Amino acid sequence: MDIFVQQLINGLVLGSVYALVALGYTMVYGILELINFAHGEVTMVGAMVALTVISALVGSGVQLPGMVIALLGLLAAIPACMALGFTIERLAYRPLRNAPRLAPLITAIGVSIVLQNLAMLIWGRQYITFPPILPQGRHQLLGATITDIQVAILGTSVVLMLGLTLLVKKTRLGRAMRATAQSPQIAGLMGVNANTVISLTFVMGSGLAAVAGVMVSAYYGLAHYYMGFLLGLKAFSAAVLGGIGNIGGAVLGGLLLGVIESLGAGYIGDLTGGFLGSNYQDVFAFFVLILVLLFRPSGLLGERVGERA
Amino acid sequence: MKPIVNALLVATMAALILGGCGKREDASSDNIIKIGSVSPLTGPQAHLGKDNENGARLAVDEINAAGLTLGGKKMHIDLVSEDDQADPKTATIVAQKLVDSGVVGVIGHLNSGSTIPASTIYHAAGIPQISPSATAIAYTAQGYNTAFRVMTNDEQQGHVLGQYAVNKLGAKKIAVIDDRTAYGQGLADEFVKAAEAAGAEIVAREYTTDRSTDFMAILTSIKSKSPDLVFFAGMDPQAGPMARQMRQLGMKTQLLGGDGMQTPEFIKLAGTDAEGAIASNPGLTLDSMPGGKDFKEKFTKRFGPIQNYAPYAYDAVYVMVEAMKRADSSKPAKYLPELAKTDYQGVTGKIRFDSKGDVSGGAVTLYQVKNGAWHPLETVFSGK
Amino acid sequence: MLRSKRRAWLTFIALGVMLAVLPFVVDFGLGRSWVRIMDLALLYVMLALGLNIVVGYAGLLDLGYIAFYAVGAYCYALLSSPQFGLHLPFWAVLPIGAAVAGLFGVLLGAPTLRLRGDYLAIVTLGFGEIIRIFLNNLNAPVNITNGPQGINQIDPVSLMGVSLGKSHELFGISLSSPHQYYYLFLVLTLLVVFVSMRLQNSRIGRAWAAIREDEVAAEAMGINVRNIKLLAFAMGATFGGLAGGLFAGFQGFISPESFNLMESIMILCMIVLGGMGNIPGVILGALLLTVLPEALRYTGDMQRAWLGHVVVDPSDLRMLLFGMALILVMLFRPAGLLPSRQRKRELVAEDEIAAQEQASVYDARH
Repeated sequence: MDIFVQQLINGLVLGSVYALVALGYTMVYGILELINFAHGEVTMVGAMVALTVISALVGSGVQLPGMVIALLGLLAAIPACMALGFTIERLAYRPLRNAPRLAPLITAIGVSIVLQNLAMLIWGRQYITFPPILPQGRHQLLGATITDIQVAILGTSVVLMLGLTLLVKKTRLGRAMRATAQSPQIAGLMGVNANTVISLTFVMGSGLAAVAGVMVSAYYGLAHYYMGFLLGLKAFSAAVLGGIGNIGGAVLGGLLLGVIESLGAGYIGDLTGGFLGSNYQDVFAFFVLILVLLFRPSGLLGERVGERA
Repeated sequence: MKPIVNALLVATMAALILGGCGKREDASSDNIIKIGSVSPLTGPQAHLGKDNENGARLAVDEINAAGLTLGGKKMHIDLVSEDDQADPKTATIVAQKLVDSGVVGVIGHLNSGSTIPASTIYHAAGIPQISPSATAIAYTAQGYNTAFRVMTNDEQQGHVLGQYAVNKLGAKKIAVIDDRTAYGQGLADEFVKAAEAAGAEIVAREYTTDRSTDFMAILTSIKSKSPDLVFFAGMDPQAGPMARQMRQLGMKTQLLGGDGMQTPEFIKLAGTDAEGAIASNPGLTLDSMPGGKDFKEKFTKRFGPIQNYAPYAYDAVYVMVEAMKRADSSKPAKYLPELAKTDYQGVTGKIRFDSKGDVSGGAVTLYQVKNGAWHPLETVFSGK
Repeated sequence: MLRSKRRAWLTFIALGVMLAVLPFVVDFGLGRSWVRIMDLALLYVMLALGLNIVVGYAGLLDLGYIAFYAVGAYCYALLSSPQFGLHLPFWAVLPIGAAVAGLFGVLLGAPTLRLRGDYLAIVTLGFGEIIRIFLNNLNAPVNITNGPQGINQIDPVSLMGVSLGKSHELFGISLSSPHQYYYLFLVLTLLVVFVSMRLQNSRIGRAWAAIREDEVAAEAMGINVRNIKLLAFAMGATFGGLAGGLFAGFQGFISPESFNLMESIMILCMIVLGGMGNIPGVILGALLLTVLPEALRYTGDMQRAWLGHVVVDPSDLRMLLFGMALILVMLFRPAGLLPSRQRKRELVAEDEIAAQEQASVYDARH
């Protein structure tokens, strides 16, 4: 049983990272119906910027607690990513607001390739490591092990998700975002500046991506210019699973995808009598995704969107 | 129809203009020897690819500085470096491009997956190819007289590792993880064969990918089977985080790996959790070789730390040029027979080729991480 | 009338001659590797035209298209290589591969009929990955695909006893292997172009356009949406399978890593960049995106020529420029380089509406 609890913890931690990145996808999609393929790369840039700051601080021999240094790294990464998100939207997506639907998708892929290769030029081809400054404590929970970093990731994700939900549900800006998502034109008539709202959405999504990037690099101890692609893809799948465009859906989808992957890798061998192994982990995840979409074509929490195609 | 005509015209003209630039370098004078170097210079393995190129470049620059005379003429070697993106399709294009540009030999490619399709093109053109790092058995099993490698193949290394795990480390229950690449799967299969033959039981066979960073799920599942040893067949970007996550789960099991893990990058990525891990690398230790220490110093000074296969690329260039010297010619047809007869003392060990083009006698050295650095444990001869 | 007909014929003949001598011009001017790149470019033209049926004609966003290419390639490889010791002739293997790929197209299509837009995209993406993962892992417990090691020594394409893997003399002209493949691929590409053109203007093509524009309206007009969608998947997949079989024979070695998600995305880029739904546009897109990354290899030489020395490593620069090219083309030609006439019209109309709306937004604010 402790194995099951352990797999559940593994899955939830992985899933909460997916969820944070998925939020960025879903917010943008909710408003623009655009798959922002470059979002994974924004996460990568967040990790890179934070690591640069953290390594510099550690290297300079400043006597600060590890947590503070990590926090400073995060504080540098968030505005950097926000600026990046803002720029991407301004340069690559806004001019295509009224273009055929697939055009911004291709620019998004272009932006993703450009960011990867720029990162390679700036930070090099090497893997960058996260210095061992964070507490490495381990705790026992129902017979399973949970580390300090895992607790921190779970905690931060929950706080951020709650904060975002409150922001969207309760604030003026949130209302403007929801209105713009429904219909940019009518929101415009009601005095909402759609462009500002869209920019803010990108900025917020990118800020979340920065947090996710820092958490991923702290958890796995590394960052690399290529890390955004796979993470972005997983997060995008998570957003779709939950119902893309829906904030609760992104959270649910992310957590579910993490748990499915974890349980899949752990139990697929036992389930199939050893015929299939953990090499079919992703098959299992995609299979569940497809199955869900077959019965709920708009994802778990997505509302039935009429004739959007 | 008209747009197609226009498009084709534009494309042809663009191609010709671009090609003009490309083709110009063909106008080489006859005292230039072109040697190709191919590895992935973009993508996730770019750091290893650049390392191979750097190793080859160091050797070429040294040879040029020392002066090379063939057939009474002073020669200059030009290293033509290409990026195959670790993609088999791109590899064949690059191979053809090198053949076109008149290279007389190729150092590469890095991955087995791109080395194999490219070798067909080099073979058809009669151009010798030495791979510094491709380990799949299939590469030299095609019967091409132009295909060589200076690295032990999966069979040789897997065999040594399997026996070592059981006989020396006393492992009875072993868990095996591979990254589902040609390299990882090949090495893991050979390891399993040897370990089972030596009397161990494989209690878990788990898999990951060469892009993954999360191994908690498979490690948890392995932990529940309580093995004495975890063998990982894959590269350092996975091995590093894997070592960390084993400790996070409270596993104290011995971690063993192949040459993909025996890198400074692994220690960097795993941090203190790397302590005690054991991994192998073909050949002898750099420090024990004449010229090895010297190579390490020169390389580190110029390019930074050695990633992994640079010494093999370095040796491969020397092996090729030595064959040219013996044949007193850089013509592939002339020096190819000499290449097969190679008996060269390189920085990675004694290099001799068997009839297939594999290094014979393949020595494999095992290393362990102690105090944040790899220290040699012992050198084993595969006898295969 | 007569005049324009004659001109059309002249264009046709000129085009034919140009295509026929192109490999020799390229070989002479640029080297044999460029003939090889042209061969691959033709394969991508076939792939792009296949995907164009699914995405461009029927409007179904497919991100797992490379799976059909993989199925075609593996069919060819398994039926004519030492893997199972089978060496079936080319003319038998190629149709089998195309047919099996078509069948997979229906298999994928059937359960996804209810899905739209991006949901369809993610399911097809998943399908593509599932196929690749199976190919990568079916070496145990029973060895079918040889796993990540791939299948080697696949028989080259052989027509009437002539193997295209070797050089041949014809009328005193030496034809290398890439040259011969060029002509074979060219003929098949022209066939695919022809089929695509005929389909576009047929009843089926109009039905595809109808479901692309409005599925409900199309259904109301009596179009069998299910069958017509499945047909689009099947046709697209068949072209993909055809190209895959040719790829296996041409390359002689295939492994699952050639069929990853990035390839699917690249093919999608080709058709969107060139001009979705428009055959010349799709062809241009495929040619450009195959040639561009290779051409950008010469950035090192250009730097040397213009600046005297290499400032930035060409391998560092290559993909960066490629990404920028994607962005810039889309910003300046959002409907693609050669958009279909209909799409161009739509775009203009939308722009006007948007301008009006924008104006009214400003009115409301001030």
